[in-house]
Amino acid sequence: MSEFASGSLTGKNLHLSFGSNHVLRGIDLHVATGTTASVIGPSGSGKSTLLRVMNRLIEPDQGDILLDGRSVLKDNPDELRQRIGMVFQQFNLFPHKTVVDNVSLALRKLRKLPAEQARAEALEQLDLVGLKHKADARPANLSGGQQQRVAIARALAMKPEVMFFDEATSALDPELVKGVLALMADLAKGGMTMVVVTHEMGFSRNVSDTVTFMDAGVVVESGSPEQIFTSPRTERLQGFLADVL
Amino acid sequence: MDALDQLVKTFFDWEAMAAVLPNMIMFGLRNTLILAVSSGVLGCILGMVLAVMGTSRSTALRVLSRIYTDVFRGVPAIVVILLIGLGLGPIVRALTGSTNPFPLAIFALTLMAAAYIGEIFRSGIQSVEKGQLEASRALGFSYSSSMRLVVIPQGIRRVLPALVNQFITLIKDSSLIYLLGLLASEREIFRIGNDAAANTGNLSPLVAAAFMYLILTVPLTHLVNYIDKRLRTGRPEKRQPDDAAALIGKGAQA
Repeated sequence: MSEFASGSLTGKNLHLSFGSNHVLRGIDLHVATGTTASVIGPSGSGKSTLLRVMNRLIEPDQGDILLDGRSVLKDNPDELRQRIGMVFQQFNLFPHKTVVDNVSLALRKLRKLPAEQARAEALEQLDLVGLKHKADARPANLSGGQQQRVAIARALAMKPEVMFFDEATSALDPELVKGVLALMADLAKGGMTMVVVTHEMGFSRNVSDTVTFMDAGVVVESGSPEQIFTSPRTERLQGFLADVL
Repeated sequence: MDALDQLVKTFFDWEAMAAVLPNMIMFGLRNTLILAVSSGVLGCILGMVLAVMGTSRSTALRVLSRIYTDVFRGVPAIVVILLIGLGLGPIVRALTGSTNPFPLAIFALTLMAAAYIGEIFRSGIQSVEKGQLEASRALGFSYSSSMRLVVIPQGIRRVLPALVNQFITLIKDSSLIYLLGLLASEREIFRIGNDAAANTGNLSPLVAAAFMYLILTVPLTHLVNYIDKRLRTGRPEKRQPDDAAALIGKGAQA
């Protein structure tokens, strides 16, 4: 049984160009309900852009996005993003608000919960990531790992159907990476649908259900972690794995 | 020693100063503050509108804000005050029957302050990391809600020192409204000092006016420094007992 009200997510033939720079060249990505898809690939391959297109922070030039089998391109993008949580490399907590206010802001303003209830729910989320005792601190007074766990709590508070992680541990000191990865693995085990853009090959291999290897705006290879990491078929993936492993 | 005596008498005639002090405090100080505070507040409101226009995604709004700012920053205060005060004065008098120059003076000061304050706000808003807007939008907030709840509050904080500086400028620029002609009770600090200096042939009342301005502005400049320092080093935060950490580590034994 899933702890989350997760949904499936599908990107179909997604294209995006910035001027003459063709960043996404027909990406297909399917994430089944309650599974974790990791997206790996060299810098500049379009992984982070893909996430931003799938929650319509950037509108695709072409293609379709399906949440639970239904196209969401015609929906209000703000409402779509309420259903998809996102965690960033640089955390992007709101520095002028306390930790608990970071988590409760969307609950109050978008879910229209009364202040007390929003705070109570935010504290519950903070408890899940082990940071309830930091509720009234400012983000600047937290370590990077703690900030990223707050950012995860902030995204989870909206009860998203899908969670995006954009290189969530890349900006962390090595000793802080583990805690964040463990939390992400817990979410995956709990049945959250997740798309994880990552350079952590260990996480990709051990936690995700499918792995997608992107290079230069196309999906070069995708499959089970076993298949991708032990028997890569393409030269590009073989070369990439030789570089990072 | 005659020359020195003469000099002291010209600038620091305490009796002449004491004579203008009651008027300066009762009318001058009050009127200067009315002019500076109201045009400061109105200038902030109009300035915020200009800043939001100047950072908007619409080219037309950005150009409009740019033109306004260029015009009102590029023209001397004295010209704007005269054009507004003398140009619109008769119309206002015909419509309302009021000859009080304050509304038009405040209007003119506001128009100019807004151009500067708009630039201050715009630079603050643009200094906020792009990730803040992105994170807010990713949560499901619209562009305008994201600006209002996340980006603008941070932008304003960063430019508080510049904003206080602008208020100091307004306090000083408010002296220019003497050009519009003021009744005795409408005079601000400078005009009271200037009138007394003209009547007595002694500059001490003007020196007294200068002191009055300093009493207003020096604390504000120190406020700027204080805010600036606090923004750079952060608010002195009360340390909270870290209960979770106390289960292990040093706190547990204590």
